Amino acid sequence: MSSDTEAKTETKPAAKPAAKPAAKPAAKPAAKPAAKPAAKPVELPAFEKSISDKVVEKFGDKVEVEFVKENRVGIKAKREDVHDVAEFIRDGLNYDHVESVSGVDYPQDKEIEVVYHIGSYSDSSLAKQILVLSTRAQREENPLPGKDATKLPSLRDIFYSVEFHEREVFEMFGVYFNGHPDNRRLLLPEDWADLPPLRKDFAIKGR
Amino acid sequence: MLKDLVTPENANVFIGKLGDILEKAIDKPLGYAINWGRIWSLWPVHIETACCSVEFGAASSPRYDVERFGIIEAFGSLRQCDLIVVQGTITRKMAPRLRLVYDQMPEPKYVIAMGACAITGGLYFDSYNVLPGIDGVLPVDVYVPGCPPRPETLIQGCILLQEKIKRMKARKFV
Amino acid sequence: MTAELPPGLAIQKVDERIMTLNVGPQHPGSGHMRIIVQIDGDYIVACDPDPGYVHRGEEKMAEYRNYITNIPHLERPVIHDSCNVLYPYVLGVEELLGIEVPERAKYVRVICSELNRCIYTMYWLAIYGIFLGHSTMFMWPAGDRELLIDLMEKISGARVTHAHFVPGGVRNDLPPNFEEVCLRQVNYFEKRIKEYAAVFYDNPILISRTRDTGVLSREDAIRLGTTGSVLRASGVDYDLRQKEPYDVYEELDVHSNVMKEGDSYARSKVPWLDMMESCNIIRQALQKMPKSGSVRVKLKPNPKGKGLDSVYKRVESGRGSLGCHIVSDGKVEPYRLKLSVGSFRNLIALPYLLKGEKLGNMPSVYWSLNYWPVEADR
Repeated sequence: MSSDTEAKTETKPAAKPAAKPAAKPAAKPAAKPAAKPAAKPVELPAFEKSISDKVVEKFGDKVEVEFVKENRVGIKAKREDVHDVAEFIRDGLNYDHVESVSGVDYPQDKEIEVVYHIGSYSDSSLAKQILVLSTRAQREENPLPGKDATKLPSLRDIFYSVEFHEREVFEMFGVYFNGHPDNRRLLLPEDWADLPPLRKDFAIKGR
Repeated sequence: MLKDLVTPENANVFIGKLGDILEKAIDKPLGYAINWGRIWSLWPVHIETACCSVEFGAASSPRYDVERFGIIEAFGSLRQCDLIVVQGTITRKMAPRLRLVYDQMPEPKYVIAMGACAITGGLYFDSYNVLPGIDGVLPVDVYVPGCPPRPETLIQGCILLQEKIKRMKARKFV
Repeated sequence: MTAELPPGLAIQKVDERIMTLNVGPQHPGSGHMRIIVQIDGDYIVACDPDPGYVHRGEEKMAEYRNYITNIPHLERPVIHDSCNVLYPYVLGVEELLGIEVPERAKYVRVICSELNRCIYTMYWLAIYGIFLGHSTMFMWPAGDRELLIDLMEKISGARVTHAHFVPGGVRNDLPPNFEEVCLRQVNYFEKRIKEYAAVFYDNPILISRTRDTGVLSREDAIRLGTTGSVLRASGVDYDLRQKEPYDVYEELDVHSNVMKEGDSYARSKVPWLDMMESCNIIRQALQKMPKSGSVRVKLKPNPKGKGLDSVYKRVESGRGSLGCHIVSDGKVEPYRLKLSVGSFRNLIALPYLLKGEKLGNMPSVYWSLNYWPVEADR
């Protein structure tokens, strides 16, 4: 388990009495970036630590190690650097495919996080490992998918396998990927004119 | 007397009336024969809409074998089908296609709504992309509840539909 | 025509020689999706899969339900593989809540998950048979899978949607006398599927239709990030039950089936070999399972995560690696839940494989990808 932060337990009782607020019940996780020192003297798994060390050695302050757990390494990069970091992960660390790309909406930070889960087939020592590369895009209050500032560089030229995943994130969160060859809609109906549905301010009916 | 009644002007009307009487006289036996033919050759369209299609497939497997009740397993060509089994959730993207399929089928056509999702939306009652039942899209004849319905339930639904067809009017008079 | 189009729409200009063909969603060879195929004569020049006909917004719904009430709707994407599709979610919630699972429950889970893998693969095989016009291959697997469905019905009470896995173990213990019945059924089942070789896999018609069609090389399989049987048919030895064993798989002897060819034939044969492997695993698990003990840790009502946390768990399902990414913020509902499913990951290989194939080979290539549209759309 990763290190817990006691500060968060205080927010819970406050949220309790209003058992079901009508519109947005889950719109308030505590502030994320400040709360992960990752430097607790809990002994970290050695191999996973060596992977995160390599990334930190190469990029220094530009990246932040989010967590080091058994078989999982979390790296956080700024949106300007994510392309370079991904390139290093492929060429320097032998990771070769992306398993999943998921977006997470943080309305109170005004950011949308995009999380890449990167794995490796060709290097057998990395077979267990998943490298979790996350980056954050700016979030707009009134989104205009494709036309506003919610943009990220596409990793499709590095990891070919992100193609459909990034298309899905584009329609579900409105994050436009610069350099993606095919930023079309994938799963939603053709006439979808509402907000991107997985954003937190999109409330589903009856809730 | 007949000669006085029938003039060249009203001959058509008279023959039409005579045809009506004749048709009404043989309507019952003829309708029974037509319906009997329809009951034992229900051809469903091959359209899967969601996960209930697994149990639909199982219904035509050797253990359940719907063919013994006169329902042939799903068929590709719409022009020869008269039954549409809506197998589960209808999403907003699928609904226009479902209607398109239904409109292309020749009369008479029957609809079975299979599964809770096709009836009311089921588990997905609060999803943003699922219709709350298909009543707004198609006229449903038989509802088969369950999530998913067992093949036996589907077969029972088909038998109910056959009972219903037996009592339907075979021909519509103008 | 020059007016600016909304994002997601585009006007396409095509050659006069090229014909655009819509396959699906109402088509015997498509399932619940549409494939837009462009053909030149009989050869496919481009292909654009259009999934989303069963997109039901599972991930959004999960944010409004707590960790326990999420169980029933999360297994609906693949109802005939419902234990496996729930497995990563349950593992992830256990890690979030810090629950230790009893030993016997782990074995019960392995047995259920292997039974479900066979049930799924048999259905897939039946549809593959009917896609190729091989009616016997529809009837045999569709009939034989009922044997295993009976077993699962004994365990959980439902034919396909079991909802049997819960955070903290499994819902109920095995029924009395289950071991003997299971062993008998599984042995008979294995004998039956070995007979499929004569009627299907050694059949010259099948071989001529699937050999050397849709060849996916080893490098491309890795680059496209495919998974499961598609990956192993291209010569990459990667099975999560071996590489990242969850629950008790490290105590069992798991053998992964790899073929080098990477064509449709190999992709259709690997799941069949996997079923025999599953029978082996079930027999081992029945032998090593503790004969008694609890199968479930009782949870408090409304379990919560511990602050802001995220897990990514994955298991090997019938369609390959199935991952579940859960972000929790210390409330009773998940903050975000994402299913990374094998079908969706294999879909990217479809346009790649169909380019240059004949149109008649489309069903055999498409269904050999081990694709289940409902799962891919979620």
